[in-house]
Amino acid sequence: MSVSEAARPVPNGPAPTPRGGPGGKTLRKDRWWLQPLVTVVVLVLFIAYSTWSAFNKVNYFHDPYLSPFFSPCLAASCPEQVRWASLNLMPWISPAIYILVFPLGFRMTCYYYRKAYYRSFWQSPPGCAVAEPHKKYTGETRLPLILQNLHRYFLYFAVIVNLILAYDAVLAFRFPAENGHHGGFGFGVGTAVITINAILLAMYTASCHSCRHLIGGRLNHFSKHPVRYKLWGIVSKLNPHHPKFAWISLFGVALTDVYVRLVASGTITDYHWIF
Amino acid sequence: MTELADRPTALPAATDKSDVQGTAEMRVWRGDGTTGQFVDYTVDVNEGEVVLDVIHRLQAEQAGDLAVRWNCKAGKCGSCSMEINGKPRLACMTRMETLPKGEQVTVAPMRAFPVIRDLVTDVSYNYEKMKSVPELKLAERKEGEVHRMAQEDISRLQEFHKCIECFMCQNVCHVIRDHDENKPAFAGPRVFLKYAELDMHPLSTQHGEKVAYDEGGLGYCNITKCCSEVCPEDIHITDNAIIPMKERIADRKFEPIVWLGDIRSARKDAKQQKKR
Amino acid sequence: MPGTALTEYETHDYDVLVIGAGGAGMRAAIEASKTGATVGLACKSLLGKAHTVMAEGGMAAAMGNVWDEDNWQVHFRDTMRGGKMLNNWRMAQLHAQEAPERVYELEDWGALFDRTEDGRILQRDFGGHKYARLAHIGDRTGLELIRTLQHHTMHRQVEVHMEVKIVRLLKEGKRVVGAIGYRREQGTFIVLNAKAVILATGGAGKIYKFTSNSWEGTGDGHALALWAGADLIDMEFFQLHPTGMIWPPSARGLLVTEGVRGDGGVLRNSEGKRFMFDYISEFFRAETADTEAEGDRWYDDHVNNRRPPELLPRDEVARAINAEFKAGRGSPHGGVFLDIASRRSAEDIKRRLPSMYHQFKHLAGVDITSEAMEVGPTAHYIMGGIRVDAETQAATVPGLYAVGECSGGMHGANRLGGNSLSDLIVFGRRAGLAAAEYALGLAETPKTWGGQIAPIVAETLAPFGRDTGENPYTLHKELQEVMQSLVGIIRVSSEMQEALDKIADLKERAKNISIEGHVQYNAGWGEATDVAALLDVAECVTRAAYTRTESRGGHTRDDFPATDKTYWGTVNNSLHKVGDDITITQTPLPQMPAELQALFEEVKA
Repeated sequence: MSVSEAARPVPNGPAPTPRGGPGGKTLRKDRWWLQPLVTVVVLVLFIAYSTWSAFNKVNYFHDPYLSPFFSPCLAASCPEQVRWASLNLMPWISPAIYILVFPLGFRMTCYYYRKAYYRSFWQSPPGCAVAEPHKKYTGETRLPLILQNLHRYFLYFAVIVNLILAYDAVLAFRFPAENGHHGGFGFGVGTAVITINAILLAMYTASCHSCRHLIGGRLNHFSKHPVRYKLWGIVSKLNPHHPKFAWISLFGVALTDVYVRLVASGTITDYHWIF
Repeated sequence: MTELADRPTALPAATDKSDVQGTAEMRVWRGDGTTGQFVDYTVDVNEGEVVLDVIHRLQAEQAGDLAVRWNCKAGKCGSCSMEINGKPRLACMTRMETLPKGEQVTVAPMRAFPVIRDLVTDVSYNYEKMKSVPELKLAERKEGEVHRMAQEDISRLQEFHKCIECFMCQNVCHVIRDHDENKPAFAGPRVFLKYAELDMHPLSTQHGEKVAYDEGGLGYCNITKCCSEVCPEDIHITDNAIIPMKERIADRKFEPIVWLGDIRSARKDAKQQKKR
Repeated sequence: MPGTALTEYETHDYDVLVIGAGGAGMRAAIEASKTGATVGLACKSLLGKAHTVMAEGGMAAAMGNVWDEDNWQVHFRDTMRGGKMLNNWRMAQLHAQEAPERVYELEDWGALFDRTEDGRILQRDFGGHKYARLAHIGDRTGLELIRTLQHHTMHRQVEVHMEVKIVRLLKEGKRVVGAIGYRREQGTFIVLNAKAVILATGGAGKIYKFTSNSWEGTGDGHALALWAGADLIDMEFFQLHPTGMIWPPSARGLLVTEGVRGDGGVLRNSEGKRFMFDYISEFFRAETADTEAEGDRWYDDHVNNRRPPELLPRDEVARAINAEFKAGRGSPHGGVFLDIASRRSAEDIKRRLPSMYHQFKHLAGVDITSEAMEVGPTAHYIMGGIRVDAETQAATVPGLYAVGECSGGMHGANRLGGNSLSDLIVFGRRAGLAAAEYALGLAETPKTWGGQIAPIVAETLAPFGRDTGENPYTLHKELQEVMQSLVGIIRVSSEMQEALDKIADLKERAKNISIEGHVQYNAGWGEATDVAALLDVAECVTRAAYTRTESRGGHTRDDFPATDKTYWGTVNNSLHKVGDDITITQTPLPQMPAELQALFEEVKA
């Protein structure tokens, strides 16, 4: 190889790979590790908080506000205003546990969250053009990851949960009588919190890739299905924002839970107006 | 017409020194396919120049036999794919002033493919994979008639057709970039666009999703989206081709109702065959 | 310095060998393989990277999807008039007749053209075409054509040799029987024996300094044919785009669409003057605004005002730019300024010209909403090329065929936009078919005479052996300066004589080219092998331009400004190389039959 005089070899460059190019983990110089790191931190914090909350079976309801972690409330221990069923298999269990699998499964199999946790937790890959640390890789071709294909079934349940949360939001406008005040239709800070949470979760669901497929993406002839084409167009506009909705709705759920707990525990007072 | 005056004797040369804006420190991979190393160069840079311009100046002034593949120099042919500061980029579309000022610029060949010389890699893997996609067969066109297709039915395929085959999505995909052993089983993002077309073309007589899964290795993709991130044509490879194909596979392979339908139609086929 | 092992070479045998894998080459290979012939395809770059991808507008075919009135006769007439009646009438006729079916065929193979409301192929208006006629897919029709043909080729029995540079055709007696080249990746030689060879190598814009052609447009096919004894015709006709970017270097050659001028952009000289008003020729005076005020009103009111002179035909604008520069009022880098920034708001420019805005922003860091562009006439397309038979695309040497930009005759003195892509597929098919039939009809396989290979290999490797000598880049650059300044837009016999002298001088120096380094992907070596072709093609262009003492289409003579119908309107310039000498003769233009001539009389009537 000819190297001109102006040029000088760099002795410490990475050794070549078997393909003959530079080796090493990556040649990137930017902060590619920042995003996976943030993802890990935020998700770990959320998991920690939601686990604590799911097992903490007090203060999740303050009439008319119900924490979304506990909706639909299906246990015998649920407050009667929001009780949908009276499961009593293990009386000590928190009502949140019965329904946890649905939002958890929906988010675990979500195309966006998969990207986020494969990159950050599993480092596969940690960043674009950054080598992954694993010797072998089979992706989603075998158990258990092949089960990611079941995302759409979790979507079906997510739609039901969204409807129930919408119902919860409606209930959040109906205040009970208290301290001599009459009850009835009203509006409080909690009402806003719960309604916004329901909307954010609905946006997350509506922008889902499976939803986009089922609503119209699976068709090869949009021209013969104008209504579904229109709907597909709307979902396609939302779909690029799916990651955004995924994060915002995640914070939304946690903050809604925090708000209900703070009110229910008497730490703060909910401002509301009853008409 | 007005009178024509005499022309100035000489036109200014392209590398007119008065236009030189500064110099850049380049760190370029020089190798013959088995061994190699980074070599540092200091080279002039003019205003508005792209990395490929600087590499050409290197060829002309300091490294006459520096190997680089390029063609149109307008971001339309997808030949000059390489890794600039560690990221897959088209050298003709990466302007020098967009890179961090005063820092050395690292230029390396695409990592997923074997190096032939310096910045030139053997991209035949991609051509072989493209060849493995079944040929698109449309419904027969009747004598004297033309195909009718609605614009809304082809718009999403036209997005795939924007592909300039720079193969940077293939290069960045960790499934093969980090695992040579996956190359036989995995086709790669660019090829999935083609499989998707096979399935989504309004006049297609074929199904693309099953071959994409069985032969293209669609299941290997863990949708970490680096392909979409590096695409110079801004094709949403993951959202608009790979995920829809995964969903189509789910329709077919992971949908109990479809299984029942498949069993029924298989029985029908068997009956019809018996009749014959 | 490469070792002696390089004198060993690999050999392949085919019925048909296609050189060049742009639209024409691939279409020819597909058709040849359909006949059952064995087909080899050699191309200088990777498959699918050919210059065809740069074509934006569309491909012209009289399908009549937008205008029922359109038919092949109208397309034929438009093509002939565009070519200033110097076209080979039969080629223009076949082209107009067969283009629609070729387009539909592409659709069968997977091309996705933009659609009309009722689901047919949408067609777009273009300069010189009477009706909206260009099938297109956004502004990347060439890419669609290439990709469609590429995928179709992959599934045919065609053996593709990528990144092979062909340096010479092989002959047996008068017949062409193959080609020899080297693999750019390894630097090893490859001999491709074939009963028939189709040249589809594209253009030769690289003889000029300002060109929209990529590095590949070095006139390889023109030169290979010339060296093999075939005739070239019409080499003086070079189409120029008046507004190609000339600065910054990273954007040089990029074309600035006419739309910029159509949307208010004006041309200014170094004094800031809007000079086009000084260049309105008598012929266009009646329909062109003569004050800036009227020109400016036209953008909003076409009915009551005349067009601003910036929208005169391409050649008029190119001439005006050239004259301003000659007068010393040009921009610093050899052109003039195209200014839309001071004429329209930034939002307006971005809305009306989004792709132009993005292209310049991305490629060159030029913000056209805030600064003027430096533009100048840019070599775009060579109408001339290898003389071929209209029906079969057979060159004047047995066994040799040519198609696409490297062939001549189809476009006459000037090509209409959109006619090149349809040219590729119409005549690609015809060439493939004819070459395969010729090859399969041969009684015995021609044998390459082994003796001719060693000297070619030695000659090709010679530059490595010279420790000192000429730098091929320098020679190329000097040739480009000569052609740009002396055989550019406006030609004068004295300047062309000077150019011929300089080319002769460069040819002498080219015998002493020296290059360094290894043979693998060595750009300098590629340049060294290109220079020989470039010099011969440049000489052909210059000789033909020198000989044609009239102005017509893509050939303008300052000393002969008029078009001469009686003599030059009836003959082609035909170039031939014997030994080291390029000779030129005039051959009569084929006569159009009466029923076709009638088409032109209808218009007059």
